[in-house]
Amino acid sequence: MKGLAAALLVVAILFVANGLFTGSLVSGVSISPYILQVVCLAGINIILAVSLNLINGFTGQFSIGHAGFMAIGAYSSAFLTVTYGERIQSALEFLPVFARDGALLLAGLAVGAMLAAIAGFFVGVPSLRLRGDYLAIVTLGFGEIIRVWILNIDAVGGARGYSGIPKLANFFWIYLFAAISILVVFRVVRSSFGRTLIAIREDEIAAEAMGVDTTRSKVISFVISSAMAGVGGGLFGHYLMYLHTNSFTFIKSIEIIIMIVIGGLGSITGSVLGAMLYIGLTEGLREFAQYRMVLFSLLLIVIMIVRPQGILGHREFLTFLRRRRRLDSPASPMIR
Amino acid sequence: MALLELSDVTMRFGGLVAVNELTLALESGQLYGLIGPNGAGKTTVFNVVTGVYTPTAGSIRFDGDEIAGERSGRITRRGIARTFQNIRLFGDMTVLQNVEVAFHCRQAAGVGDAVFRSRRHWSEEARVDRESRELLKIFHLDGLAQERARNLPYGSQRRLEIARAMATSPRVLLLDEPAAGMNRQEAQQVMDLIRWVRDHFGMAVLLVEHNMKVVMGVCEIVHVLDYGSTIAIGKPAEIQSNPKVIEAYLGGA
Repeated sequence: MKGLAAALLVVAILFVANGLFTGSLVSGVSISPYILQVVCLAGINIILAVSLNLINGFTGQFSIGHAGFMAIGAYSSAFLTVTYGERIQSALEFLPVFARDGALLLAGLAVGAMLAAIAGFFVGVPSLRLRGDYLAIVTLGFGEIIRVWILNIDAVGGARGYSGIPKLANFFWIYLFAAISILVVFRVVRSSFGRTLIAIREDEIAAEAMGVDTTRSKVISFVISSAMAGVGGGLFGHYLMYLHTNSFTFIKSIEIIIMIVIGGLGSITGSVLGAMLYIGLTEGLREFAQYRMVLFSLLLIVIMIVRPQGILGHREFLTFLRRRRRLDSPASPMIR
Repeated sequence: MALLELSDVTMRFGGLVAVNELTLALESGQLYGLIGPNGAGKTTVFNVVTGVYTPTAGSIRFDGDEIAGERSGRITRRGIARTFQNIRLFGDMTVLQNVEVAFHCRQAAGVGDAVFRSRRHWSEEARVDRESRELLKIFHLDGLAQERARNLPYGSQRRLEIARAMATSPRVLLLDEPAAGMNRQEAQQVMDLIRWVRDHFGMAVLLVEHNMKVVMGVCEIVHVLDYGSTIAIGKPAEIQSNPKVIEAYLGGA
């Protein structure tokens, strides 16, 4: 009951915020479309970062193929809404417009998540037998294979890009799914299964010796992570209304890795912070035009020297604050 | 029939024969010591039994089933747990979580239960938490439950390794030098603990140890290896006076 109330509250808040931001709730009250777009893209990146953190941060398996799964979700969900959108819409004629759009988006995202999960399974089973840099190289390769494969499918535009995607995603849907991904990863990690993931990160041989089926755990976490990347991709396509495979190169995967590394591997709130910081910085430094990437890289280097474990380290935001306070007051009885 | 039976197990690494036609029978509830000079192949025996290596030849039977070559996780779920000579705890996890991980293999709750926080998830979490804390109490680690495993003193880390192995509810416990690097008093505590655990939970213990006081004090049967081959099996008193054993340890006169 408490959970249901909290869920309804989140939905209500997001709905009102969406109305206020776009100016559809109170006339004259809105934020600039540019800011809104940045905020929405940050939301999509939160989904991607949080999901990648499950495999890279918590399970300790370094994957650089996340953009590939995002691409699968983006293209498959867009293909569904573009090809069958009108038919589904007319079948749901009895519903109001926003509910119809929402249902279509959810159908698209479900297909995207499912296909990305299936791809994650087939990529994960062979590659998760490898460790460290080998796994990184293999996932990088798979990510590129997926991208080039999509580039050669004419039905989704090929090299021209895929246009004409209906604008179904908005602030509300993006942040609703960001909230859901945070909740899902949080629950997965704080469970018996989640402990096996962290155990694999800490010492795979010992985890196996404690009866953990390490391959199974790794594949499950990889599949969950891929499915969520698929959702992120689906939202991306339905927000920008245009897709091109250039958005899903390994540079995108690296960007997501940067977000989770800045925020702290193995910290969900850290990933959220990292995603917001990354998007905020890339947009904020736009004025400096050609020096932007130089400044950005310098900043990353500084962060890595000062705090190599990421801003939050392995901890979540609240425990991070609590520990800070504890260390500040040496009289605390907690420290002996 | 013995609980764990190795017959003619051979493990070769290229030209090196680490274990040579080893035959060993461990009855349930037995305290069995495996000793030998450095490089005699003791840890290799552990690795072969727990599935880290597949033996080159021979058979390993646990409770009547052939287990040679199975994956370690599967063997642990069958009921053989081990500790490591070089401590392998999950350093960044708390002491409590280290033990909780080992309970996972006997649990029914899966990822779905975790995501939807089903009733099964909560009841199993509560049970695992309770049983883990009981286990920590037995091993005198209950005061350190929320400490990160890597911050523990050496002796406590060794005890935590045993506690963690116990959490998989094994019928055979393999201890790889549990008293390594301990002083006499700590070693004595480990001896008492091993005996207590055996009496209380009734599992068989296969012990590899260099500390002769511990081996002779705790084991009912001692098995001596040298260069991968068995040179003697017997009661501690017999082993101590066996000329072949003395030669292996001290060299021929």
